[in-house]
Amino acid sequence: MTLMKKTAAELQALLHNREVSVKEVTEDSFKQIAKLDGQVKAFLALTEEEALAKAEALDNSSQDSRGPLFGLPIGIKDNIVTKGTATTCASKMLENFVPVYDATAVEKVNEAGMVSVGKLNMDEFAMGSTTERSAFQTTHNPWNLDCVPGGSSGGSAAAVAAGEVPFSLGTDTGGSVRQPAAFCGVVGMKPTYGRVSRSGLVAFASSLDQIGPITRTVEDNALLLNAISGIDHRDSSSSPQQVPDFKSALTGDIKGLRIAVPKEYLGEGITEDVKDKVRASLKVLESLGASIEEVTLPHSKYASPTYYAIATAEASSNLARFDGIRYGYRSENAGNLEEVYTRSRAEGFGTEVKKRILYGTYALSADHHEELYVKAMKVRTLIAQDFASVFENHDVIVGPTSATTAYEIGGVAQNQLTLYANDILTVSVNLAGIPAISIPCGFSNGLPVGLQIIGKHFDEALIYRVAHAFEQATDFHKSTPSLGEGTN
Amino acid sequence: MNFETIVGLEVHVELKTDTKIFSPAPSHYGAEPNMNIHVYDLAYPGTLPTLNKRAVDFGMKASLALNCEVAKVMNFDRKHYFYPDNPSAYQTSQDKRPVGQNGWIEIEVEGKKKKIRIERVHLEEDAGKLTHSDNGYSLVDLNRQGTPLIEIVTEADIRSPEEAYAFLEKLKAIIQYTGVSDVRMEEGSLRCDANISLRPFGQEEFGTKTELKNLNSFNFVRRGIANEVERQEKILLSGGEIQQETRRYDEATGQTVLMRIKGSANDYRFINDPDLPEIHIDKEWVDRVRAEIPELPDARKARYVNELDLPEYDAHVLTLTKEMSDFFDATVEAGAEAKLASNWLMGEVSAYLNAEQKELHDTALTPEGLSSMIKLIEDGTISSKIAKKVFKELIENGGNAADIVKEKGLVQISDEGTLRTIVTEILDANEQSIEDFKNGKDRAVGFLVGQVMKATKGQANPPLVNKILLEEINKR
Repeated sequence: MTLMKKTAAELQALLHNREVSVKEVTEDSFKQIAKLDGQVKAFLALTEEEALAKAEALDNSSQDSRGPLFGLPIGIKDNIVTKGTATTCASKMLENFVPVYDATAVEKVNEAGMVSVGKLNMDEFAMGSTTERSAFQTTHNPWNLDCVPGGSSGGSAAAVAAGEVPFSLGTDTGGSVRQPAAFCGVVGMKPTYGRVSRSGLVAFASSLDQIGPITRTVEDNALLLNAISGIDHRDSSSSPQQVPDFKSALTGDIKGLRIAVPKEYLGEGITEDVKDKVRASLKVLESLGASIEEVTLPHSKYASPTYYAIATAEASSNLARFDGIRYGYRSENAGNLEEVYTRSRAEGFGTEVKKRILYGTYALSADHHEELYVKAMKVRTLIAQDFASVFENHDVIVGPTSATTAYEIGGVAQNQLTLYANDILTVSVNLAGIPAISIPCGFSNGLPVGLQIIGKHFDEALIYRVAHAFEQATDFHKSTPSLGEGTN
Repeated sequence: MNFETIVGLEVHVELKTDTKIFSPAPSHYGAEPNMNIHVYDLAYPGTLPTLNKRAVDFGMKASLALNCEVAKVMNFDRKHYFYPDNPSAYQTSQDKRPVGQNGWIEIEVEGKKKKIRIERVHLEEDAGKLTHSDNGYSLVDLNRQGTPLIEIVTEADIRSPEEAYAFLEKLKAIIQYTGVSDVRMEEGSLRCDANISLRPFGQEEFGTKTELKNLNSFNFVRRGIANEVERQEKILLSGGEIQQETRRYDEATGQTVLMRIKGSANDYRFINDPDLPEIHIDKEWVDRVRAEIPELPDARKARYVNELDLPEYDAHVLTLTKEMSDFFDATVEAGAEAKLASNWLMGEVSAYLNAEQKELHDTALTPEGLSSMIKLIEDGTISSKIAKKVFKELIENGGNAADIVKEKGLVQISDEGTLRTIVTEILDANEQSIEDFKNGKDRAVGFLVGQVMKATKGQANPPLVNKILLEEINKR
């Protein structure tokens, strides 16, 4: 049986008792990837040689300084730069781009003694929610290979769900950690904006982007967030807020907790099976001593257009640097400077990316700046205020992560109401800059359903406490897809 | 002449910080191409800006010195355009909330004082530098990319090329006093564009303006504006219309040349830079920066005139650069008489600096050295003539005038007995000159004095020599 479905604590015990070595844990990850990734297609690149060398070095290192993540394998989403290993953002534009530095989050997981095994697939430049927008491959949902894993961190969620790695890093601009975590039945956290340094995260929408951990259990998630959090002098938007020990928040006790359920989160566009699972989950939380109250987030109906104006505006700015001059793809058909720009960008970017750059350019253009970008920034404030007023009387907000379960690869476009509902559920959290987690809360037709728990700024500890209490009271996290594994 | 000249200036000043405004790379002038760069300066994916607080201090300091209100809250905005000197395809600048606003400086042209209002002072990053080679390639040097700049934008208050010149001279002096920039046009640390339009006298609204670039010295600014005014005047007088366009001053021909027509203005798609949080500037911060600003040229000028009794002209020349003014102050502090110190600094010292193409700090001269020399002149220890020798020694090798005079035996001979002996010898050897003098040829005395000076290697006290000579001649 694979080690990749064990928790950090279980693996740490095995390592401590010398029942396994770091090298064996690492080898097991590569064995799983070799066995499964032909179907799942979560990884874009593997760094086996470096990983095994590091594993050996870790095995020979002193016992004293070993933290809770020591020697454990991790996969990194391919928009987080890794020194010496190609970081493509799943785009032809950066197909051969090899960074000269590590992202701060990567440095931190390295310092924690984790072993990076490779880079994970995603929607190109994190723009998408299916991982079908990757320029290189489509990742499959381990629960049903005909379905998408969600996105944009689809590779990160699928690799953990499939049991290829116990840990991965994703990024979340409008739900890109939480939604694939929900689709793949794993735990995914979007931390407070500023909690994790963005240094080395290839920017999509700078005021919304956050790196977040994806794991099998809440405790593991808390451990990984602890490892990557904290102020970073390389990121001026990273927060000096103290990082608590998230694990110590996992008391299992949520008696007296005041849970808010926005009526907009169980409204139009959300499928009945998802609503059922969420309602059942609320019953579980109630049985653990929490109180449930319906609230309203009146401006959440504007979340979608607000998000698209801001995210695409920032993206059009951030992606302007990909011009074929200094790095990345350069068209061979360019005859002059103008053509180096236009052809490199026309040939290097995929359709979705180009579409968003166009939207964003339009939103910032002199004639539309006020009515689109400026107005969106104002609505953003109102959306944040909605959350703030709910949090005056409530501790956390609970609802679904996604309107549906995973859908079929290449399936017909979702209906407008569903897309709209999805945006209400996820993007408003990014617009407000607050933290939220998705945890498994049931299955529908063999596909996982995600429960979203949203907290106040820098209150990840409380989110983890609620998520952990729910996890302890349920068995959903114990189910794993039976992908190519026979009976174990 | 039926038209009034309307000019507004946009002046870019490079700030003299150790590192760039958003990256830790050094920002010194003159390194090998692409040596002073950091991954951020290349707009490498994933890199983020970190604001250099010193650049903000400098922007505030310049704003305060230019009588601006300093922002309580400011932020940075991205200004987008594609060009290879601009790796991120946006320049990080300040659009709506600049560091300084609503300032002014006072200029004086032909004895008339006038305030030129400053609309804004904003912080931004400089771009890289392109070298276009003739093989079809262009070379990109990003050393300058990210060097902190302030852009100073005036209101359209300038009414003549001379006022523009006076404004720049004054601006340069003020900025240089604050120490935030070297303000050297030849190194590009001060650059100026001019917006020029004409309107009939008495008309309220402005005419169509043109923007003039490539003004590489204050003189070119003056000549470029004058030429552009002439050009626009001709067009208007012949019934034509001015086009909104960008023009370049051609130093060789003295003419302005069309660069591009500004049809639909560039759309820079400004966006609040999400990587750089708002900066809140409290009173404490402003006070700290204000305390670092030295006495500025106008205040010094007033002090020199009112307290040291210097003529206006001296006060103006001495305060053109802070270095000269500081040197003057220190020389007077060390005991030199103010007017004598001014004469030497404006005369011999400036002549030497011009001839050698040097600045004061390149020489060995110290205020104590200059002051010691002036004191020796005042108390008669050395003559002005000897002083020139001492000065040469002081400015080339440094030291103290008294020591030099002693070492080189340059002390003025003021002993009557010694001089009388020498005078007697000279008279004995020049009977003809005595004859000439007695026959009314006054020139003969000059010749005899010269002979005495020659015999004493210039050390004889000249008035005393004159007196003794006359006495001795009259005895014969």
